[in-house]
Amino acid sequence: MQFSREKLHWLYETMYRIRRFEERLLEETVKGNAMGVAHTSDGEEAGPTGICAHLDARDWIASTHRGHGHCIAKGVDTKRMMAEIFGRYTGMCKGKGGSMHIADFSKGMLGANGIVGASVPLAVGAALAAQYNGSKAVGVAFFGDGATSQGVVHESMNLAAIWRLPVIFACENNHYAESTPVEYAVAGTDIADRAAGYGIPGVVVDGMDVFAVFEAAGEAVRRARAGEGPTLLELKTYRYHGHYHADDPLKYRLKEEEDLWRKRDPIPNFEQRVTQQKQMTAAELAAIRKAIDAEIEGAVKFALESPLPPVEELYTDVYVSYSNSVVGLR
Amino acid sequence: MATTVKETTQANPLGPGTNVPGKEMRYREAFNKTLRDELRRDPSVFIMGEDVAGGAGREHLGIIDSWGGPFAATKGLIQEFGAKRIKDTPISEAAMVGAAVGAALTGTRPVVDLMYFDFTTVAFDQLLSNAAKSRYMFGGQTKIPITLFARSGAGTGHAAQHSENFYSIIAHIPGLKIVAPSDPYTVRGLLAAAIRDDDPVIVCNHKKLINLSGFVPDESYVVEIGKGRRVREGSDVTLVGMSWTTEVCKQAADELAKQGVSADVIDVLSMSPLDEDIILDSVKKTNRVVIVDEDTPRCSMASEIAAVIADQAFDYLDAPVKRVTGPHTPVPYSRPLETVFIPDAPAVVATTRKLLGL
Repeated sequence: MQFSREKLHWLYETMYRIRRFEERLLEETVKGNAMGVAHTSDGEEAGPTGICAHLDARDWIASTHRGHGHCIAKGVDTKRMMAEIFGRYTGMCKGKGGSMHIADFSKGMLGANGIVGASVPLAVGAALAAQYNGSKAVGVAFFGDGATSQGVVHESMNLAAIWRLPVIFACENNHYAESTPVEYAVAGTDIADRAAGYGIPGVVVDGMDVFAVFEAAGEAVRRARAGEGPTLLELKTYRYHGHYHADDPLKYRLKEEEDLWRKRDPIPNFEQRVTQQKQMTAAELAAIRKAIDAEIEGAVKFALESPLPPVEELYTDVYVSYSNSVVGLR
Repeated sequence: MATTVKETTQANPLGPGTNVPGKEMRYREAFNKTLRDELRRDPSVFIMGEDVAGGAGREHLGIIDSWGGPFAATKGLIQEFGAKRIKDTPISEAAMVGAAVGAALTGTRPVVDLMYFDFTTVAFDQLLSNAAKSRYMFGGQTKIPITLFARSGAGTGHAAQHSENFYSIIAHIPGLKIVAPSDPYTVRGLLAAAIRDDDPVIVCNHKKLINLSGFVPDESYVVEIGKGRRVREGSDVTLVGMSWTTEVCKQAADELAKQGVSADVIDVLSMSPLDEDIILDSVKKTNRVVIVDEDTPRCSMASEIAAVIADQAFDYLDAPVKRVTGPHTPVPYSRPLETVFIPDAPAVVATTRKLLGL
């Protein structure tokens, strides 16, 4: 597969932007600057990057509680993401959503979602609207291995298959649902095998290799746009940190396992490949990293310096219109 | 005490007794007509649900519209609008409602037939976590213009799992609206309003109302969501009804009139938002109130309305706020049991007489 310099640049920049965002967010969360929990996705960058590389502004993605990578890959501004997680008025959702509900409808980002499996019906709905409107847009549902045990995920896949909806089911199998290992909680060998039950393609993908994700996602997006229906991609990947910032994953997994996965880290592997194949130079890569480092520092600074939401914001955005008071009784 | 009970058109300018062109039709016909009108009016509106057409995918065998929806709500629509807009679904309420939210977030106006109100619970997470909260948690970036409709209520032998009245469960949730039209006029106006509304609205149709007839104007109109109406004018006691119990209250008011008691009857119509003013104004006038709710009593709409009155009209009350509700049981099947479950006019009359010291 041939890649333009621009595409390679974008793939690397996006993966590194996610990595740096998550690393800095963890540091800031430990310092107490994030107002709630942060579920970080470092280690899983190749998935959203390789998939969103095929999407444009008209396409929709729906995300999970571990959604920062999806947001970034779909083009959501890191300043306004960081500000949201810091509970600031300048955040994507005015500080009313936090890490688990970052959305940017102007970028086709239907929201991170705190309910496991919720992204799947939402992306199916976006695909339904695309089919209904006759647009060529696609919907992508990002979800984890844990979500495959949710009934609505099955229902939604069945619905998408019978209606041949333009949707991609991107299962990020990071091998843990909170602390529960996938081999304990998920029946069968591969999650991708479940696609056979819906009569749709199911593809196991190396989720640590952005090129492998890019290739598999390319076919899935092509199928969707061509009206051939959904595809289930199972991205085998790994969450470097715990379920959330204060979770120590070594309570339920071994250091040796972490080391093995870290050897497959998508970012150094990308660097090695593109420099060996002389597609990019080490200096170019370093320049990208430097620029992103500065961007993320800027995002942290922006968030810290941003105002908190005014108290009146508590009462807005509940409805478009509502004739009763929402202020409550005192 | 006054003995006259008259029809009134207050807050209902096009309603029964007024001189506008229209015709008598059944509740279900008014419902179906409204769906047709709204589908014609707005191409972004589509309907999905189980058996909304029926026999889906067998057009090549000459099979089309074999069911036309539960209680024929969507009968005849697929012929005009096609399977793209009258969309049969598998039995997947959660996926249906979740997908409706996704489709609403991305520019369409889905209408979902949930069949029975009880089945709301099968899709409850989608309603609570996605439909109700998306606008708020995303900081007002989006709207969720979905309409869900479902049949509520006991009295037709549908037993415990097909007879729910738990309006308060939906009314409890910020971000959702719920209405219960009580006659052909209000079903047309409220369903149209719900479909045109930019928030999620649940429209409850009581099974005992579906075959009742009433006057429906020819011209298109909406009944404002969040407005109740006065269906009997009276001065001695306020009877508050909703959905089927509005009929019960009207029957009770007629009986009370014969006994020399003048009842003001308020039809709630909308549980959330709730027209507190029309209830409070009535209570301030009559100083006594009986709230009639077919739901089980604990944390019901009756309880909510009682709390509103206690909070805001306490000084006007000459007697305790009374509730007439179903018992704290599931809805039974066998007719003698089911009949007792449902609040009826004699129960309302008896409670009212006691309240008045008669």
